[in-house]
Amino acid sequence: MAKKGWKRPPMTKERFKNQFRNIVGNPFNVIVMITLLILFVFIVIPLLTMVQNTFVVTRGSLRFVQKLYPGAQVGDYTLYSWRYLFGPEAFDSAGRGFQYTTNYSTLFIPLIHSLTIGFFVTVISVPLGALMAWLMVRTDIPGKGLLSALILIPYMIPSWCKALSWLTVFRNSLSGSTGVLTGLGIPIPDWLAYGPFAIILVMTMHYYAFSYIMVSGALRSINSELEEMGEIQGANKAQILKSITLPLVLPSILSATIMTISKSIGTYGVAARLGNTIGYFVMATKMKDLLGSSSTESIGYVFSILMIALAAGTIVVNQKLIGTRKSYATIGGKGTRSNLIPLGKIKYPMLVILAIFLIIAMVMPMFFLVMESFQIIPGAGYAPSNLSLYAWIGEVENAPHPAFKQDGLFRNSTFYGALWNTVKLSFIASLVTAVFGQFFGYITTRGRGKWYGNAVEQLIFIPYLMPGVAFSAIYLAMFGKPQFGGLIPSLYGTFLLILIVSIVKHFPFASRSGSSNMMQISVELEEAATINGAGFWRRIGSIVIPLAKNGFLSGFLLSFISIAKELDLIAILMTPDNYTLSFLSFDYSKEAMPQVADAICIIIIVFILVTNRIADKLGGNVSKSM
Amino acid sequence: MSKIVLSHIDKFYGDNHVLRDINLTIEDGDFMTLLGPSGCGKTTTLRVVSGLEKPQHGTMTIDDRPIIDAEKAFYEAPSKRGLNLVFQSYALWPHMTVFQNVAFGLKIKKMSKAEIEETVMHALKTMRIEEYRNRYPNELSGGQQQRVAIARAIASSPKLLLLDEPLSNLDARLRIDMRAELKRLHKETGTTIIYVTHDQVEALTMSTKIALFKEGEISQIATPLELYTNPIDLQAADFIGNPRINFIHATGIFDGETFRVTSPFGTYEYKKETMKLDEEIPLNKEFECVLGLRPEMVDIYTEDPHHKNTVPAKVYANQPAGSETLITLTVQNTEFLAIQVGLVEYDMNQDVFVVLHPGRMNVYNKETGRLIKFAKTKHKAGVDD
Repeated sequence: MAKKGWKRPPMTKERFKNQFRNIVGNPFNVIVMITLLILFVFIVIPLLTMVQNTFVVTRGSLRFVQKLYPGAQVGDYTLYSWRYLFGPEAFDSAGRGFQYTTNYSTLFIPLIHSLTIGFFVTVISVPLGALMAWLMVRTDIPGKGLLSALILIPYMIPSWCKALSWLTVFRNSLSGSTGVLTGLGIPIPDWLAYGPFAIILVMTMHYYAFSYIMVSGALRSINSELEEMGEIQGANKAQILKSITLPLVLPSILSATIMTISKSIGTYGVAARLGNTIGYFVMATKMKDLLGSSSTESIGYVFSILMIALAAGTIVVNQKLIGTRKSYATIGGKGTRSNLIPLGKIKYPMLVILAIFLIIAMVMPMFFLVMESFQIIPGAGYAPSNLSLYAWIGEVENAPHPAFKQDGLFRNSTFYGALWNTVKLSFIASLVTAVFGQFFGYITTRGRGKWYGNAVEQLIFIPYLMPGVAFSAIYLAMFGKPQFGGLIPSLYGTFLLILIVSIVKHFPFASRSGSSNMMQISVELEEAATINGAGFWRRIGSIVIPLAKNGFLSGFLLSFISIAKELDLIAILMTPDNYTLSFLSFDYSKEAMPQVADAICIIIIVFILVTNRIADKLGGNVSKSM
Repeated sequence: MSKIVLSHIDKFYGDNHVLRDINLTIEDGDFMTLLGPSGCGKTTTLRVVSGLEKPQHGTMTIDDRPIIDAEKAFYEAPSKRGLNLVFQSYALWPHMTVFQNVAFGLKIKKMSKAEIEETVMHALKTMRIEEYRNRYPNELSGGQQQRVAIARAIASSPKLLLLDEPLSNLDARLRIDMRAELKRLHKETGTTIIYVTHDQVEALTMSTKIALFKEGEISQIATPLELYTNPIDLQAADFIGNPRINFIHATGIFDGETFRVTSPFGTYEYKKETMKLDEEIPLNKEFECVLGLRPEMVDIYTEDPHHKNTVPAKVYANQPAGSETLITLTVQNTEFLAIQVGLVEYDMNQDVFVVLHPGRMNVYNKETGRLIKFAKTKHKAGVDD
């Protein structure tokens, strides 16, 4: 760093000694070093390892690689995986090398499926979320208090739980057990029960929340005087909405759009549950499929890179378009007093729309999940003779139906094992994440504009760019086998690996919550302590921690929720010993045991709602967890 | 004893050169004010002294003990410099009571409980806030918070007390009260104080010495009286004094012995003893200069006082403000401001006579903007000068 007008003095022994002492003697610098090291080891190296793995020939793929590279040996580096998907051979329909059709079904069909889903989910959920945001923030719609409490609940229900509840209604004979409608004798075609239609609907009921949260944030920051000025100029409501309000919230809508596309392309659980049955693959599910076999593993990693590129690309485009990822929130002036727009005649129709949304997205899924958990034969109606508590507390020898193969949940050691794993994982991971998050936040706020502050901020942002499945793929690549000549043993199948993935994936969120927390603690409070003789740790202990306590706790609880319901992130790393509730439920639902799967879902949902309520009381907010 | 010497301090933020070769000596017991508009480097200088900022160049000693030696990358820890700091924002720890705030530094020094109790209560009594000892900062008014911040800073009996715009968050009345309080504190404790402000009234009323900052440099170090009477350049003159000094365009010629200045007020002659001869002054050549005339040095008469420095003038506007009256006057086409104590009524365009005191005026070289003739710092009533 050359500084104008200032020449670095010559390095003398004394200067070096003092400088060394200044740097190493300050625990802050040491923490920055450790942080950079951690981020490097757990983000950069695994990512590079995965890239490397796309080139390495494995025992499983050797046979196929040799078709293209006749002399290739295990451990060699080839372009096989890339050529498999993109090379000229892949497009060669004449039959040399690979078949066009192989490549077509491996890459292009899932890609097109993912893009289709991303497109439709976005087209439906963004206007829906924006409309709801506008209704809730800017209009005099009745029952606001209740509505605002309810409107984000659908988002808190894990998306794969909603997929399960979709199946409770629309399942047909393909699933082994039937759903409500088939049970009533209404034939449900496969395209309705499974596939893109179902996936799009279920995701919409989930990802509306992005636009709702972002647009309502932007709307809240707009001074209503801007709109009133339009009124004084003689514009009518529609004109004001079109020419004043909409342009002002446009950046937030754009952000929400990008987020929705990126997230819906990356979602695994919903697509797997609703697509795999009929062989409808999207990129996320295809990737898991490819990673599952050693002959196609390296192609799976290429897939993962593609997904990361796709998701990261959209987010980067968003940032380029918006400027920075925060700028949309800074519209408006000091006026927070906001006069609501009277809806007049459309007041009740709008209320009905909201009510229908809540019924579809919250009441019905919950209702069908709860009811099915009590059913003896799914889809056979709710007559008392078909209801039992078996799925919850039954014993297998008294099972009312031969389809039940194990004890009810609360008698089932697998359930308790999964419960324990979930609590253990969520607790440790969110505690570690929250603690790290505070340190990251501390470093990024105190080091704003300095190279290390920027470096930490950039590195932490990387996991945010990656869909959960793709993110865990890089860990599979890194820790799936011993590394550095056995220095790091294979962690596949260990709780530790799942823990590490859960922690690192939640770094971006934890660090953002940490930095908003640290931003509230003025640097001067710490400087005052420095002047009074407090060292770094004393400052952290006596000043920063007491003041950061509440923010820390709500950050902790929000990560706790997020990790407890996580499915996508851990799906490809799961082994039976480490089953969490989410994965157990997912697994049961595959095994034609929907009642038990439903019951677990309900437990998770109740748990999320309760924890969220506590976090809310502590000043946390679900909108921060995005 | 605590004598602080800063020499050749340079501070960069990236390419931004915020402190340029700062040289400043603060004698034991001084109330040194760093004065200047915002962004001129005065707070940075204070932070360099406190140890919160590390300059890239220069040295600092306290009582000949090295504190900063940038060349050797040596920077004494803030807590080992024997000083304390009052922040502009007060920086009171919101989760601690008044007592805990003041006791914090003493606890770190591992004082005994009884000692802490005594020291804290003494500090609180000095600032007359002992009854708030168990309150939290957000339960106190701005003025009370300010007192807590000062109590916290003096509790450790620092040899040097640093104050960073401590009064800027108070309302006008409280500010006057706290000024008196700080002045008393300085006298009672005898502590050396470095005080940062952009408010010249604070600087003039409280300091024993003022360092005037301009764009990262110190342009003048002087006592308040010197600074007010003889600001070193036009910018300093313009900055110091409220209402502002009048600048009157003039021409001058200096023959080595006598300096003749001609302005709409007439021609004045100054002896070379009153001049600042180390400045750039053209010899035997007419050059443009600027007369500095303080508003309070204009005496207004309705009848001709038959004084040798009388000039007829016209009243342009009149602004009575209770304790004082501002009168805008014109002589030929030159407009200037006068101030008189109490309520005085003049009509618009009224003809009056003004008596001026050439010896009390400053003269600046217009081209360099520097002071070339001193005004007399002391004058007796009734003596013409």
